[in-house]
Amino acid sequence: MSEQITAVDQIANPPKGELLLDAAGVSKVFGGLVAVNDVNFIVPRKAIVSLIGPNGAGKTTFFNCLTGLYRPTTGRVTFDGQDITAKRPDLVTQAGIARTFQNIKLFRTMTATENVQVGMHPRLRSRVTGMILRTPFVRREEREGREKARELLDFVGLKRKDELAMNLPYGDQRRLEIARALASEPRLLLLDEPTAGMNAQESEELRQLMERLRTEQDVSILLIEHDMKVIMNVSDHITVLDHGEKIAEGTPQEVRQNPRVIEAYLGSQA
Amino acid sequence: MTGSVAALRDTGSSIGGWLPRWAWMIIALIAAILFPYIAGSGDFLDASIQTLAYVIMALGLNIVVGFAGLLDLGYVAFYAIGAFVIGWFGSQQFPDVNGGKGIHILVSDRSTFQPKLSGGKLDIAGIHINFFFVLFIAMAITALWGVLLGAPTLRLRGDYLAIVTLAFGEIVPRIFENSTSGLFGIGSTDFSHGRQGITPIDTINLPWSHDILYTDANLRPAYWVALGMVVFTIFVNRRLRDSRLGRAWIAVREDEVAAASMGVNLVRTKLWAYAMGAAFGGFAGVFLGSYNNTVNVDQFEFGFSVFILAMVIVGGMGNIWGVIVGAIALSMMNRYGLPQLNNLSEPLGFDVTAISFGIFGFFLLIMMVLRPEGLIPSGRRRLELHEAEIDGDIEDARPVGDMSQMYEVRQ
Repeated sequence: MSEQITAVDQIANPPKGELLLDAAGVSKVFGGLVAVNDVNFIVPRKAIVSLIGPNGAGKTTFFNCLTGLYRPTTGRVTFDGQDITAKRPDLVTQAGIARTFQNIKLFRTMTATENVQVGMHPRLRSRVTGMILRTPFVRREEREGREKARELLDFVGLKRKDELAMNLPYGDQRRLEIARALASEPRLLLLDEPTAGMNAQESEELRQLMERLRTEQDVSILLIEHDMKVIMNVSDHITVLDHGEKIAEGTPQEVRQNPRVIEAYLGSQA
Repeated sequence: MTGSVAALRDTGSSIGGWLPRWAWMIIALIAAILFPYIAGSGDFLDASIQTLAYVIMALGLNIVVGFAGLLDLGYVAFYAIGAFVIGWFGSQQFPDVNGGKGIHILVSDRSTFQPKLSGGKLDIAGIHINFFFVLFIAMAITALWGVLLGAPTLRLRGDYLAIVTLAFGEIVPRIFENSTSGLFGIGSTDFSHGRQGITPIDTINLPWSHDILYTDANLRPAYWVALGMVVFTIFVNRRLRDSRLGRAWIAVREDEVAAASMGVNLVRTKLWAYAMGAAFGGFAGVFLGSYNNTVNVDQFEFGFSVFILAMVIVGGMGNIWGVIVGAIALSMMNRYGLPQLNNLSEPLGFDVTAISFGIFGFFLLIMMVLRPEGLIPSGRRRLELHEAEIDGDIEDARPVGDMSQMYEVRQ
């Protein structure tokens, strides 16, 4: 068996647990700009890990490298033992990674339920002839899909299930994005600034939701977030990016006291 | 269902709340079946039959443009392919087939114009397959070509997509025109008779019947065949729209990145749209080829693609009933409205037919200014356009709105 480079070996004090996602040496270069530079990153099963850093640190770029929206310049991404480096986004989703977007990307003229039904797309098995003939199988799958979509909307606490996505208030749109991502039955959920635009109470509800996802549905969560209260409360492990490079990682306690993190966020004293 | 969903379900919610939808559909169908008895049997019935064929094409193009949001300016290519399929499988185009005795599948001497049965047997040269089988052969062939022509355009959007599809719409008829000695220079078979076109084309007979279905003196059965084809098209369109694939089409139209991230295979989803749209173009093409009794490259001009696209836009992109109304309105206007104008202008020494496309364009312009969402818009499209009125430019305004909200909280 050939020697595989894994991120675990590169990480000084890795989070405990069986490995789900392993991103080893991921870089992304745009022209002359190195947006993500040789980042090693792992997510264990049933973990909530966070990625933080100042604006422009390359967090979302790193997300896009994981989910197939960008092709990493170098590096290797393994999910659940399966190489998903530079795979198409729909195949990454099929493999079990779902995501939300920093700038909400809902299907605006579809209802909340329909949005979630689109999220189920990779799990539905209807074929075109079946759809045209509307076979009992397709009929049942559609009905079950609708019911499941409504359950997911209940789970995230969205009440206006038949409202068009564009008419929902901001917090509900964020919730709907999470429900839509969950519809693909992911084992890893990537949340890109899920509490942006939420008030303190909504953020707290979201934090509880993340805990429930982990305990009730065995979903691991990778979080990009700016709200430090949420980050510190919810994360098992935090990785800090700055200028595309990993500058620190560890438990919330460790990261909070790391001088390089303080410098990156507040600027150096000198 | 709540109000917003009801509003999204295409039409009928405002005009016919006192009868359920299926009742309206049955009434409309009965009216459509009885229509030839009102329309007489002359020119108007002929116009109605042509219109039904255009309705099928508009519904097909609506899958590509209305549902999946892919601007296609070369739809005439699929009309051409469908028409040539009946030209090949329902005429004497290939005289050497089967040693000159021809191939005959469930056709009769009357439908193939064989002057006289020789010893009670069909022996007219060429391939002759029953019209109803050719319909489905053509659907399969055009769907395949829809995929082949769609594949190179997958990465294109908007204007670029329009230009490439426009080119395909020009290329396909030219290939047919020049295929008088082999296809793509291979072989020496005449596939098209060049500019003269293929004629006559077999007329329609039911597979179990010796008689032909309709004559010039009695066009009603031709109308009913076309109507049946329209009903089939509507049926398939509705089923697809309300399916997993239909949702994927709308998702791709709304936001490709989000759709892909939700596990929608963009390539497959778009190619299905092209295939389905093309299949109905071929479906109608077969009918028009047979009904017009000729397949001629002059029929397949760029203007025709625009004509069908205009039906979709005027009727209401994405709305099945709107597209049908648009197709009927434009087809009838083309047939009667413009000649009528000509009658008015002729005494003034002015020939309107020479600028008929200009007039057409003028009407489209008026329409787009007064009612951009079409005669009967789809709920979704209306919302999109309405939103644009409020926000100015959707694409620009939306992220800015969101971002400002984020910063407000973060800082």
